[in-house]
Amino acid sequence: MADKPNNNAYWSANIRLVTICLVIWAVVSYGFAILLRPMLSGIAVGGTDLGFWFAQQGSILVFLVLIFFYAWRMNKLDKEHGVDE
Amino acid sequence: MDQTTLNIIVVGLSFCLYFGIAIWARAGSTSEFYAAGRGVNPVINGMATAADWMSAASFISMAGLIAFVGYSNSTFLMGWTGGYVLMAMLLAPYLRKFGKYTVPEFIGDRYYSTAARMVAVVALIVISVTYVIGQMTGAGVAFSRFLEVDVTTGLYIASATVFVYAVLGGMKGITYTQVAQYVVLIIAYTIPAIFISLQLTGNPIPGLGLFSNMAPGTAGAGTPLLVTLDGLVTDLGFNQYTTGSSPWLMALFTLSLMIGTAGLPHVIIRFFTVPKVADARWSAGWALVFIALLYLTAPAVGAMARLNIMTTMWPNGVEGEAVAVDDLPDWFETWQVTGLLGVEDKNGDGLIQYYNESGAGMAELAAERGWAGNELITFNRDILVLANPEIANLPGWVIALIAAGGLAAALSTAAGLLLAISSAISHDLIKSTLNPNISEKGELLAARISMAGAIVLATYLGLNPPGFAAQTVALAFGLAAASLFPTLMMGIFSKRMNSAGATWGMLAGLISTSLYLFAYLGVFFIPGTAWLTSDQYLFGIPPTHFGPIGAVLNFAVAFLVSRATAAPPEHIQELVESVRIPRGAGAAMNK
Repeated sequence: MADKPNNNAYWSANIRLVTICLVIWAVVSYGFAILLRPMLSGIAVGGTDLGFWFAQQGSILVFLVLIFFYAWRMNKLDKEHGVDE
Repeated sequence: MDQTTLNIIVVGLSFCLYFGIAIWARAGSTSEFYAAGRGVNPVINGMATAADWMSAASFISMAGLIAFVGYSNSTFLMGWTGGYVLMAMLLAPYLRKFGKYTVPEFIGDRYYSTAARMVAVVALIVISVTYVIGQMTGAGVAFSRFLEVDVTTGLYIASATVFVYAVLGGMKGITYTQVAQYVVLIIAYTIPAIFISLQLTGNPIPGLGLFSNMAPGTAGAGTPLLVTLDGLVTDLGFNQYTTGSSPWLMALFTLSLMIGTAGLPHVIIRFFTVPKVADARWSAGWALVFIALLYLTAPAVGAMARLNIMTTMWPNGVEGEAVAVDDLPDWFETWQVTGLLGVEDKNGDGLIQYYNESGAGMAELAAERGWAGNELITFNRDILVLANPEIANLPGWVIALIAAGGLAAALSTAAGLLLAISSAISHDLIKSTLNPNISEKGELLAARISMAGAIVLATYLGLNPPGFAAQTVALAFGLAAASLFPTLMMGIFSKRMNSAGATWGMLAGLISTSLYLFAYLGVFFIPGTAWLTSDQYLFGIPPTHFGPIGAVLNFAVAFLVSRATAAPPEHIQELVESVRIPRGAGAAMNK
């Protein structure tokens, strides 16, 4: 099929994008909110520290941004690689 | 008008709305029954997904879990939202492209194996049945409290209600009912939260109020709310609210909830209802927007309710006298009737001392002040959100709204789960395996009958509940994480994964996780059948945290077995290629 190489480029661009998004996903939740919280304890937020804020508010907000960014970027990639509907 | 009448009116109106929608949008074909004819707008689907997803555990139990534990239970907040990132990027768009009706159907086709499909059916049924228990108990509690019937009767009413509209509606009816239920539940959840946040901090947005200073006129005015709360709870011997221990276990549990969320079949099938792959991506984002409205509010609800309970029990501060038995607010009496709240004046001083008996230094303090033990002897965490408007002295219609919201949350999720169960039975078992020649009409009937059977089973399990609603649900996550998620993901991201690898991998994940759960929590959670105790955890891992370990076993077994056996045939590799690109999803629409 003629569009095979095209699809490969599309797929690796997708994998790259997913990897970047999932690294951020892991850093804010497992990192900032839990395991790296002691490192952020110096940054005070409303009577506690930044890690607590990430655990109860920040991670969810970042997740939201990630999903919309991914959807926007992928729908653009679909068009660039001619695999959109 | 008394409170019960008001509750019955508001709940009754919301039910009329659901029944009306169910009749208007009843399913006429299997495509409508299983996938709402694939014509649902992505924003609407996002809203339905939020209701489908936010269960009795999210609505009723989660704020209570956070309130009484604090920071450590942030795992629920991150776990139950972070899973959507995985679902949006690793599963939903591709499974929508595949364009069939059920999760086991994808597994059966991708792994060209009826055996794999049957293992997936078993996994789906175990997960969904475990999950539905929490919905039934949650609905039972809400009915019993607000409509003044006992929990068993409440459970029967809940079952009968779900029966009517799940059997009639199918996916199409369920979708639009869920949209209405989302509106009811989010209003019910946020209105009391906004009132309480204003009372305590003067900030109308609860998520911001949580990090604000106490409002003038409240105890601790001018200091941050979390500092005030930390001070009160530690003075009474409880753990500090904003800190926790064992970060690695927290991370593991969060991971278990995230992977589990992404692998829940009743949520995945919601993405089959949108017209295109691009819609599935947007829809996942919208789902999380609607979910986040509740999840960003829940931690504030938890912390503020805890603070309100503390100041109710200690109106003169911790140094002063505790609340007198005669001065207990009215909601204490209404909740004591349900048996979920109980006080006992152990030292006979006419006051109710609420503190943590086993806290450091508390025995000395109790001896000094003449306390004879904690006198708030029962406080079921599940009642916290339901009692919240009463705790904060909000008007009667807000209390009625909470009743309607709690029921909307439980019923919308129950309907989604029952659909996943019944479509697995009627489509994967009957249509594809037992009786492939069944007519369209026959399959619809089979779907409705299997739904009825699932409701009977769920009711029985709801009458013998294994624990708090949220914990019951947490177990379903371990199983979803260990069985379905890895298999679905490998089906999309690895062309080399074959039938034998996937089947053995799924079995490894499912069996190891089930055994680990049953060993500590009882065979099918039946009390007294556990054969290991909590001091015998493998590497200190509690059964609710086992999901990621099961997932790793699944991946590892699948990889090893697939490398030792032949690669999948050419047409399967082409199938994987086609699932990876969006073009053509619309064409698969009416299959």
